[in-house]
Amino acid sequence: MAESQIPKLKPCAFAHPERSREVSLCLCVWTLAFVILMSGCCPKPTGKATTTLTVWHWMTDRQAAFQELTARYEAKTAVKVNFDLYAPSDAYTQKVRAAAQGINLPDIFGILGEKRDFASFIKAGHILDLTSYMQENDNYWGNRFFSKALAVNEFLEGNSYTVKAGIYGVPIDIMTIQMVYNKDLFKELGLNPNRPPATFAELLDIGKKIKSANMQGLVSGWGELWMIDCLANNYAFNIMGQDKVLATIRGEVPYTDPDWIRVFSLFKEMQEAGVLSSGIITMVNKTAEQLFANNKAVFAFNGSWCVNVYKAMNPSLNYAAMLPPQASDKYPMRIWGGAGSSFMVNARSKNKEEAVKFLNWLTDKEQQAYLAQGTNNLPANKDSLSKIPNILAQFADDMELTTHPNIWGVSEFPAVIEAFDKGIQSIIIGEKTPQQVAAEAQKIKERELAKRRR
Amino acid sequence: MKIKSTLENYIFVLPAVTIFTIFYIIPFIWVFQLGLYDWDGILPTKVFVGLGNFKEIIFQDPSWWQAMRNAGYITLIALTLQNALAFLLAWACDREIRLKNFYRVIFFIPPVLSEIVVGMAWRFIINDIDGANIINRTLINIGLPQLVHSWISDPKTALTTVALVHSWKGFGWGFLIFLAGLQTIPRELYEAAHVDGANAWQLFRKITIPLMIPVIVLVAILTVLGTMQAFVLIISLVQSELAGHTSVPVLRILASMRGSSRFGYACAQGISFGVILVVISFIQYRFSRRARQIQ
Repeated sequence: MAESQIPKLKPCAFAHPERSREVSLCLCVWTLAFVILMSGCCPKPTGKATTTLTVWHWMTDRQAAFQELTARYEAKTAVKVNFDLYAPSDAYTQKVRAAAQGINLPDIFGILGEKRDFASFIKAGHILDLTSYMQENDNYWGNRFFSKALAVNEFLEGNSYTVKAGIYGVPIDIMTIQMVYNKDLFKELGLNPNRPPATFAELLDIGKKIKSANMQGLVSGWGELWMIDCLANNYAFNIMGQDKVLATIRGEVPYTDPDWIRVFSLFKEMQEAGVLSSGIITMVNKTAEQLFANNKAVFAFNGSWCVNVYKAMNPSLNYAAMLPPQASDKYPMRIWGGAGSSFMVNARSKNKEEAVKFLNWLTDKEQQAYLAQGTNNLPANKDSLSKIPNILAQFADDMELTTHPNIWGVSEFPAVIEAFDKGIQSIIIGEKTPQQVAAEAQKIKERELAKRRR
Repeated sequence: MKIKSTLENYIFVLPAVTIFTIFYIIPFIWVFQLGLYDWDGILPTKVFVGLGNFKEIIFQDPSWWQAMRNAGYITLIALTLQNALAFLLAWACDREIRLKNFYRVIFFIPPVLSEIVVGMAWRFIINDIDGANIINRTLINIGLPQLVHSWISDPKTALTTVALVHSWKGFGWGFLIFLAGLQTIPRELYEAAHVDGANAWQLFRKITIPLMIPVIVLVAILTVLGTMQAFVLIISLVQSELAGHTSVPVLRILASMRGSSRFGYACAQGISFGVILVVISFIQYRFSRRARQIQ
């Protein structure tokens, strides 16, 4: 290659002293500018306390209200509280479990799941025992709450989960799960909109009217299984009473008992009479809520949180709450209820004292009333009930009738619950009889009992 | 010199081996190890049960095998209907037809859509109570009211509906791979056979099919692996396991982990499922080798 063809390289800037100085000066100016800029980004000392609490939760509808309350709390105490929302609840559950495994839970968090999951978190040392805080000053904090709401967060002496007796959670709101009916559709069916069915026979009669009017009857999230379990347990308490239900869970009464077969049969009767909407077993609760809110279903089986949901979907919806109609006079109807959502304090948090103080403040009358009004949920503080809407008060009125698996002290095996719930789905779609489902549930129960004995 | 060269080689593959070990081999060993324990995923203590979880999966968990059968059924529909459709459309688009590029784009739209979106859209199209009920309305309009049905909530039709929607969503991948395979077949072969008097059917049977066997086997393996693991579509389309009728293995694993808090059992299910998929893939691979030898 000829020399003339070789491209000439530009001389390096540092080869000339003047150029080198220019570059150095330029670098100095840029460094200085960067330092000034970064120092402006640093937090300025304010003289206020710098404690920051982190709360993890899943309650999408309450995020705005929580943020408003945290602003008030920060103004009052200089403690900053971050409410981190992780939704949907499935994703939240997984996040909390993963954080528990990695020992990096936040200062305050909630647990979604059954009592045994709650017990496992306590036994793993993730949750602070709040008993002493609740009992301070003659039980000042503990007395604020509905007893059923606190009971969900409590482990009694000698509990089957072998957890040290105490209160481990703070109820934020309460809920009841019952039935609602559409008053306008009742009128269309020629029924008295102020007289919901009180007995199961009346419900079946209405089902026949719904069927002949080609309407949709009861909607609920029975594709998600647990709501089937909920209604079935309501009727189990009504037909055989609490003692026999709990004896079944303990393995002393078989699911093939005639009372349990009667419980299973109710679902067959509801399906045959036209009480249940079509496709109910492939329905998630959100779909059921949309259908009911849009006047497309006569009944819904839902929790008190539905008031907020229906209000957002259709503010003019004309409906009322009712108890599931009694199938027996022998025992009172019981519905699931108690603490809707609760918060726990991380026992390993360096801010646990501040976290307890914050929860104490959050559950005080004023904050609870604000939460109830802002989110249409029932407050856990019994003194904050005065300003709630009428429809929400209807749910609150039945608080005394509530029960919940988390206060029973015993838990059914998950495999049995699944067989039980799926069995009811099979009854509804007509592929199994109540007797078959009872036999299958009992078979799995015996297998699980044998496994536990081993 | 040789040692230096060998060392160099090892240094070059070290990053890949490290990443593979950290993200694949170690987690696999951990999952297998957890499968030997009864553990709820929270408690610090785990109860060693040996192969008890695996024994329970094989002998005492009918819902697992029902889920396997359901996944097998969806896979069978995908292997036959979905891939036959994909092959035929690819074969058609490989020929000189008008708007073939337009068809290629159209056929590839369903696979790029999210399974959640596809499931929700089809639920809206199919379902009677919370959807537009388009299929049933069409059946009534064309004079077939006797075929009107609750497609998703009837256990007799739910799984087939899932399989058909899955096939609709998945055939685009097969179409693309088949089309790429068809375009590698030398045109001279067709021209020579045509000169020798072969008709279209003979060209297809004697040239296209034999030369496409490796591609067909590849698509079959990908279909089996993809379909057996499908579950998002079921969640969005059916929204439940429908008393086990639309249950698939991944949903069972999720149920064990989330619903029952049986983390160890879920790990054992995951390992068992993985082994089954590896065995199926191996059988298909052997089959493809034999097919190539025969060819």
